[in-house]
Amino acid sequence: MMDFIVIPILALLAATAVTVARIRNLWAAVMFTGIYSFLSASWMLILDAPDVAFTEAAVGAGITTILMLATLSLTPRRHRKSGRLSSEDFEERPSKSPLFPLLIVTITGCALVYGTFDMPHFGDPNAPIQVYPEPSFVEKSQPDMHGLPNVVTAVLASYRGYDTLGETAVIFTAGIAVLLILRKNTDDKDGSESQAVTGENV
Amino acid sequence: MNSFPIIRVITKLLIPYILLFGLYVQFHGDFGPGGGFQAGVIFAAALILYGLVYGLPAVHKVAPPKVIEKLTALGLLVYAGTGLVCMLLGGNFLDYDLLNHGVLTELPAAFDFLPGDKPHHFLPEGQHLGIFLVELGVGITVTAVMTMIFYAFAGRERVTS
Repeated sequence: MMDFIVIPILALLAATAVTVARIRNLWAAVMFTGIYSFLSASWMLILDAPDVAFTEAAVGAGITTILMLATLSLTPRRHRKSGRLSSEDFEERPSKSPLFPLLIVTITGCALVYGTFDMPHFGDPNAPIQVYPEPSFVEKSQPDMHGLPNVVTAVLASYRGYDTLGETAVIFTAGIAVLLILRKNTDDKDGSESQAVTGENV
Repeated sequence: MNSFPIIRVITKLLIPYILLFGLYVQFHGDFGPGGGFQAGVIFAAALILYGLVYGLPAVHKVAPPKVIEKLTALGLLVYAGTGLVCMLLGGNFLDYDLLNHGVLTELPAAFDFLPGDKPHHFLPEGQHLGIFLVELGVGITVTAVMTMIFYAFAGRERVTS
């Protein structure tokens, strides 16, 4: 029963990825990355990771897509209107023969697939992640957290609260950095938002 | 975008539910899936949607950029402040067990007429309170940062060349 959902989603993921790589219209490519994120979110929901699915749907499919579209609308169109890029559009010409890159990609792919053979099977009860902390966080968090049922939140916010503090600081720092780079330069202190400084950022 | 009445109406219909879902994910994160980061991005998505459809001046009225800038720091301060309060109470940094206060932890007897089981914790305390405050801090920072980045992108003029 599950296969009826899993296989189409994985097939659509692969098809979307190939489309993003092949399509030459940047707007369409951005929209396809949004679709890819949304399919990933569905896939994560099937894997019982709703927290990650929320994040992927909101950030990957929503905010990132909007920011990419905003970037596209801000930047001038560099490449020609005819659609397909020709090799002169690149400063460095790509190597003529695709065989060498294909070989490298194939070898890397085979190595990665070979690496997964050592990984425990999906949902294996004897996998290290299931047996390592003894007693596990699932058992430990019940008395520790006064019966809060969400172990993920307990681990993130309490057992590893210091890490999450660092992550929040990273988000804060990233936001400040983006603001410093991107915000339009309003010299006037009264904050008249309508006057954008043009020409400075060309 | 302003000239499409269907989009404008549907957006107005959707935004309250997005915000409500964001609040649910934020404050129910201890019990169900979710937490501060997820709630923050959902909340920011609602603000960004409003900004996309109704324009930047409209969303600046709802969430002024100066307030949003301060909220980025406030969230982090709430998080670190929770840790500092734990230290001031005599424990380690972010050791929420020190936050036990014993006030109204059980539902008062006046509410006995309510059907169903009594909630185990009426006011959160200890670990629960710590997680609540910390996730609130994360939520504030993430909402503010995401909204601020959108403002930064949307507020720029198109580069012509």
